[in-house]
Amino acid sequence: MNNSIMHNKTIADIIAGLDAGEFTSVEITQHYLKRIQQLDSTYNSYITINEASALAQAEAADKRRAEGNAPAFCGVPIAHKDIFCTNGVRTSCGSKMLDNFVPPYDATVVENFARAGAVILGKTNMDEFAMGSSNETSFYGPVKNPWDTNTVPGGSSGGSATAVAAHLAPGATATDTGGSIRQPAALCGITGLKPTYGRVSRWGMIAFASSLDQGGPMAHTAEDCALMLNIMAGFDPKDSTSIDRDVPDYTENLNQSLEGLKVGVPKEYFDEGLNPGTEKAVRDALAELEKQGATLVSISLPHSKLAVPAYYVIAPAEASANLSRFDGSRYGYRCEDPKDLRDMYMRTRGEGFGDEVKRRILVGAYCLSAGYYDAYYRKAQQARRLIKQDFVDAFETVDVIMGPTAPSPAFEFGAKGKDPVAMYLEDIYTIATNLAGLPGMSVPCGFVDNKPVGLQIIGNYFDESQMLNVAHQFQQTTDWHKQAPEGIEIGGAE
Amino acid sequence: MTIERADIEKLAELARIEINEATIAETTQSIADVLALVDQLQAADTEGVEPMAHPSDAVQRLRADEVTESNHRDDFQAIAPATEAGLYLVPKVID
Amino acid sequence: MEWETVIGLEVHAQLATKSKIFSGASTTFGAEPNTQACAIDLGMPGTLPVPNEQAFRYAIMFGLAIDAEIAKTSVFDRKNYFYPDLPKGYQTTQLDKPIVGPGHVEIELADGSKKSIRIHHAHLEEDAGKSLHEASFEINGHGMSGIDLNRAGTPLVEIVSEPDMSNSEEAVAFAKKLHGIVTSLGICDGEMSQGSMRFDVNISVRRPGEELGTRTETKNLNSFRFMEDAIALEVERQIDLIEDGGRVIQETRLYNGDTKQARSMRSKEEANDYRYFPCPDLLPVVFDDDYIESIRKDLPELPDTRHDRFVEQYGLSSYDANILSGDASMAQYFETAAKASGDTKLTANWMIGELSARLNAADLSIKHSPLSAEQLAGMIARITDGTISSKMAKQVFDGLWNGDGDADSIIEAKGLKQVSDSGAIEALVDEVIANSDKQVDNFRNADESKRPKMLGYFVGQIMKASKGQANPQQVNEILLKKLNDLL
Repeated sequence: MNNSIMHNKTIADIIAGLDAGEFTSVEITQHYLKRIQQLDSTYNSYITINEASALAQAEAADKRRAEGNAPAFCGVPIAHKDIFCTNGVRTSCGSKMLDNFVPPYDATVVENFARAGAVILGKTNMDEFAMGSSNETSFYGPVKNPWDTNTVPGGSSGGSATAVAAHLAPGATATDTGGSIRQPAALCGITGLKPTYGRVSRWGMIAFASSLDQGGPMAHTAEDCALMLNIMAGFDPKDSTSIDRDVPDYTENLNQSLEGLKVGVPKEYFDEGLNPGTEKAVRDALAELEKQGATLVSISLPHSKLAVPAYYVIAPAEASANLSRFDGSRYGYRCEDPKDLRDMYMRTRGEGFGDEVKRRILVGAYCLSAGYYDAYYRKAQQARRLIKQDFVDAFETVDVIMGPTAPSPAFEFGAKGKDPVAMYLEDIYTIATNLAGLPGMSVPCGFVDNKPVGLQIIGNYFDESQMLNVAHQFQQTTDWHKQAPEGIEIGGAE
Repeated sequence: MTIERADIEKLAELARIEINEATIAETTQSIADVLALVDQLQAADTEGVEPMAHPSDAVQRLRADEVTESNHRDDFQAIAPATEAGLYLVPKVID
Repeated sequence: MEWETVIGLEVHAQLATKSKIFSGASTTFGAEPNTQACAIDLGMPGTLPVPNEQAFRYAIMFGLAIDAEIAKTSVFDRKNYFYPDLPKGYQTTQLDKPIVGPGHVEIELADGSKKSIRIHHAHLEEDAGKSLHEASFEINGHGMSGIDLNRAGTPLVEIVSEPDMSNSEEAVAFAKKLHGIVTSLGICDGEMSQGSMRFDVNISVRRPGEELGTRTETKNLNSFRFMEDAIALEVERQIDLIEDGGRVIQETRLYNGDTKQARSMRSKEEANDYRYFPCPDLLPVVFDDDYIESIRKDLPELPDTRHDRFVEQYGLSSYDANILSGDASMAQYFETAAKASGDTKLTANWMIGELSARLNAADLSIKHSPLSAEQLAGMIARITDGTISSKMAKQVFDGLWNGDGDADSIIEAKGLKQVSDSGAIEALVDEVIANSDKQVDNFRNADESKRPKMLGYFVGQIMKASKGQANPQQVNEILLKKLNDLL
């Protein structure tokens, strides 16, 4: 068997290969671990590499398979975003605050993959507490985009996106609060899916903004995302916001024809802020879907402009409370020799959090403070309802909504460093779906200057199957998702 | 909405975050920029719109009153900055 | 100068659930530090709350008991502040949409008058942990406090009254009434010494006709007596302050029951800004009419109903019934003792008199009474059947209080048996008459109307001779007969 192309396999390929006995889990796990050792010093996509435990898991998986007792992901190596708590493995959330934090419990998502027999290669890099769109806010340094190491991979799940794009893992878990799965997927040329709010348990997923956060998969193909979502999705009694609703087999509808599909194309998603190259790639993708039998319907989401301002009230407000627990008392960072209680709080939080996290906590505190609550927080919540209603109305007439994932391809490090607002506009097309709680995907759909472009697909509530079907069909007639960055040897098809 | 250094100092105190002297001007400016962005909300007509706290319309499930947790103090305190006699130690609390 | 006092109460009652409000950790009191604090209670990253249905059921029971509207939809909010006993840096509570809306309770005062006290609302929230300041922990020369989070997450119902009370008697009566209601409902164990019920008292004073004065809040009073003392102290302080030309500032005060003094808590430069907002980890809690009605149907007997029953069934005065019916344990004690002794009146008298006085002096609740209802009943039965006199019963009561056994064995051991043998008593009477020539002469020569008063001497002598054990009623009868025979 040819090791040089082992990392070219999709998750579906790996499962088939393991099933057919073409290779063992130990072999493929060793292969990925070796690649990570060799290449990740360039990309910095992992914060923690689980060499020993991954091999132990792979051995156990091979044994289970030999016993004829293999669950769905038996022996499949993946990576977890370092926001998911992993029992006995440091979970930093990209922050100095949790640099020494080794939780004695697993996130439900982590538990689900463990039960499915997955092998965990390591924990991926991310913007600190998932706050960022470029991965530049990580305490562990920025992640490099494998398509151009002078550019950002997007964020906050930039580590997971890069690990997949650089073939340092066939798939990775991630989270999306305002675009943190879809935007890095777009910038790194991979496929990513943010499920409906409540579809994937948030237990053990370190909270940024509780009413917006949602875990989801990142992989090369829609099919792999479907396979991962099969493991991730489901009701969890430990999460009050988890929805008790049957989980379909997300691979079931992948092969349905798109004949008769109504695609809503919101005019607000093709405004002046959109890079012309990105627009062209997206329009071409829409044309490709038309060829497959879909009908494009021009729609309007009239309150789209409110999404970014509403988000930058609601997310920081929730974050300001969610991050209060990091106070140096019970776990994580504590400042050196505090002289009194106030000193411990002020310095622990002043030193333990990075600038962007501090900025958002302060903005959140401001929006909730006496005299400003109605003008900011309440107003943002009202805008949130208007934004949701736009989508509800649109889904009366269309099956899916499509547009660009990000306004432009990957930008250079530091390009938006001094101006938080410029960075916030990166998520201009993705934020609304989080506010509404809708599922969204990003699918590779072309290149601008050799940098990937993502097509965003927004589905109706709990209709991940339809999104995946559209994405999969698109990937049957296009090969954008099969491209690899220069320097990443992926070999030819077997 | 203008925001000044004194406002930031007050917020920093509320949020218990030390802002060092060297960066406070920059912090003030960047927060002013963010607030200018969110101020776009003020133009929205939200008259009579019910605020929305959750994306779903679901209602809360309630748990049966059962003790399901056992003592894992040692596991939790193994990762604590300072403990003694089973207690978490923090600088003296004065009311 | 006349002053009016205006008092409002905020009462925290720990709900008697087995597990915490948002986690499955135990709420048992007195465990080793932090052994009942699970990942959720500790505010570990990524953990999430799921509310306990029983906490809601109990809060609804309370709401129904005070005739309040139950919210069909209630919402949890986060109240943000930093304190080491508050692991998440916010308390999950209810601000705008509490589970229990406005209600009222009626209190009865010593003069028999009644007053209705309005309740603004009652809401559910989580308790905080405890900071142990007394421990001498130290790191690098800095004094440290120890934090025990076992109590963190214990469900509380916070009951907020309107400022409807105008003196400490009313405030205490109101507090006792609430104590009676929650213990009768069985939703709170009412153990004030363990902090199961804690009272914050808002106090202001004004001259009649003036607007409300500035109020202060005295926090965490955990006994009725402390509450009474703390109110008296604070009212006096405020009046003195104003009469001396000063002014009351809004502040939180701490009362120390040992020193009987109060002090202002560290003054806060600026008012707290709690930045309340709806908790995004929890969804609105919704109940329908059927659910609420099913709870109403199963409500246990409440103090007011029990009061009326006690008057009717046991022939108690309204005042006595009030004392005995208010607290669930007191009521249960009474009914058990009354049934066992067969004399409700005497049982009521002993409970309201001697037993209450002793319990108060020892700062004990009836639940922790050293003598059981059965033991008290045993003593009362011996009074009723004439074995002991009421006076001798005091000694028996002492014995029961001290744990010397049941009434019969104490009577036996102390030789307290009343002499009811008429032969023996006759002999004593004869003896005293024989030795009291002068008094007998006086009796004989006295006007008939004055004779009854002269019996006292003879009775005293006879009781003395019998070492107090002669049945006084028999002594009276026999003495009178013998003296009359001498006329």
